[in-house]
Amino acid sequence: MAASFISSLLTTDTSRREGLLSSRGGNLFLIILFSVTVLASIGNQLFPPGSPLHVDTYTITLLGKYLSYALLAMAVDIVWGYCGILSLGHGAFFALGGYGMGMYLMRQIGDRGVYGDPVLPDFMVFLNWSELPWFWQGFDSFPFAMLMVLLIPGLLAFVFGWLAFRSRVTGVYLSIMTQALTYALMLAFFRNEMGFGGNNGLTDFKDILGYDLQNDNTRVSLFIITACVLGGVYLLSQFILSSKFGRVIEAVRDAENRVRFVGFKTENYKVWLFVYSAIIAAIAGALYVPQVGIINPGEFAPLNSIEVVVWVAVGGRGLLYGAVLGALLVNFAKTQFTGILPEAWLFALGALFVGVTIFLPRGIVGLLSSWKKSNGGNA
Amino acid sequence: MEQLDKFRELMRRDRVFDFMMPDQMPAVDVSHEVLLYVEGLTVSFDGFKALNDLNLYIDDGELRCLIGANGAGKTTLMDVITGKTQPDSGMAYFGQTHNLLNKNESDIATLGIGRKFQKPTVFEQHTVFENLELSLRMSKAILASIFYRMSSEQSDRIADVLDIIGLSKQSNQLAGALSHGQKQWLEIGMLLVSDPRLLLVDEPVAGMTPQETEHTAELLTSLAGERTVVVVEHDMAFVRSIAKKVTVLHQGFVLAEGNMDEIQNNPDVIEVYLGESQ
Repeated sequence: MAASFISSLLTTDTSRREGLLSSRGGNLFLIILFSVTVLASIGNQLFPPGSPLHVDTYTITLLGKYLSYALLAMAVDIVWGYCGILSLGHGAFFALGGYGMGMYLMRQIGDRGVYGDPVLPDFMVFLNWSELPWFWQGFDSFPFAMLMVLLIPGLLAFVFGWLAFRSRVTGVYLSIMTQALTYALMLAFFRNEMGFGGNNGLTDFKDILGYDLQNDNTRVSLFIITACVLGGVYLLSQFILSSKFGRVIEAVRDAENRVRFVGFKTENYKVWLFVYSAIIAAIAGALYVPQVGIINPGEFAPLNSIEVVVWVAVGGRGLLYGAVLGALLVNFAKTQFTGILPEAWLFALGALFVGVTIFLPRGIVGLLSSWKKSNGGNA
Repeated sequence: MEQLDKFRELMRRDRVFDFMMPDQMPAVDVSHEVLLYVEGLTVSFDGFKALNDLNLYIDDGELRCLIGANGAGKTTLMDVITGKTQPDSGMAYFGQTHNLLNKNESDIATLGIGRKFQKPTVFEQHTVFENLELSLRMSKAILASIFYRMSSEQSDRIADVLDIIGLSKQSNQLAGALSHGQKQWLEIGMLLVSDPRLLLVDEPVAGMTPQETEHTAELLTSLAGERTVVVVEHDMAFVRSIAKKVTVLHQGFVLAEGNMDEIQNNPDVIEVYLGESQ
């Protein structure tokens, strides 16, 4: 039972072949994303509070948070749904991206911190540090910080992927290693000596590029940027995955040996895809942090990464918008559920995962497409 | 100084950088008319010798059949040649110059050695056409794959192969939906479209109807000459219908080699192999 459960996680019964549905679904996804973004922004900016059409800033920020989760889910779907690499450690890349952004935001606080030190963030003053550690240098520059957001997780993914894929570690073993990776990073970031604020993490951010983070306009802008990045990454990934590269990647998922004997260096393909996916996860993290206002080592928790896998499974792996749908639905449910009955959420999540894996191997999108088929499906 | 020389070599203006050179099929030197040399090959798994000091020479353009009981080492031999298994000792050369033992699967495939597995292995979630597209001989680099556009020569080539393997009508069907025999053919088609120098074909007619078997026999014999084909097969009638030269493996070494009549009259072979089945 357990073995077949796990093996069903490592294979994808893709619904890519319903070509019309997939391109239609993709267009529909982009249209909905665009309309919701525009309408929500207008609702916030043009209609005064009290008007029935007003969208409050809390909702805008919540949507922005969901969209960065959706981006993370897409990153996981790219490696899991398309290439069969079940990564249970993508939260690590997300958190590293978040820390990159957090470090920039910390440096922007300047002397407005509690201790008023012009250079050192509060936690360093608190720890009696006299100067900025070397790895904090340069993070006052936004372009440099963004470069690091892409570079550090990308590099980590490259080293990890290169070692793992070259040694032909696959399946459950790889999943366990990714868990270990994120767990190790979590323990490291919990330590004060690491210089990333220990278990409090980085918080109390003031502004980004000179704009006040508490301001409605900034929040709406961050939401719009997140939506645009999500749409852009979707289009880019769709382009890459529908090219011959994507067909090679799916072939690796289904019969890796055959792909090798055809002459492809599958390790290189997998490393490339893993790095690409890690960078997307990092971007998601960098977009997430200014909207929620905090990043701490809890983001590295193995449970977080597993949760992402649940989102993708619920939405439907092997289709990019399936991952987005799953992330939005599960997070919406989480927000509602934890409001009503916080203790039960983890049980609900676990039940959802088991249920979806057994009864809906292709997720909600798969259910919709087979339902459409059985109804004549004159697509 | 040595570094400087290397640098000067790199900066020479009369030639392009090595890494800018287009991918070319490395030439295979067959001046001695032998395409594949396998000498003294030994592979053991936990003390069991799957191959035991095996010697085998395949001539260029030959159609060779390998037969032998289960466990005789046929598949292990193919694994070694295609880079899947590392032998304990021995050597394997492709032509005069290419040492196969220090290359991995994809390098060996690029050299021009194609392999059909015992169990038909095709990309089940891809269409028949895409299966052939992936097997085309072309750059297998990542960027080349992302920006790949199929040329008309390549689509013609795929159409030709579809015709040869009789799957033109199934071109847009998922490979997973094909019958067992059709999958076997698709896999042979994947080999053909990659223009290999040497085809290693493991049990091509397992699970085929007599008509399909006959068709496969024609296909394989028509390939020999311009390509070299090595067939592993249990079906003796099939072997008799295609083989000029047969090699019998037994417990990891070559028991006998010759044409079918010689093999059938060889007392050793009668004792260990044909004798049992008669």
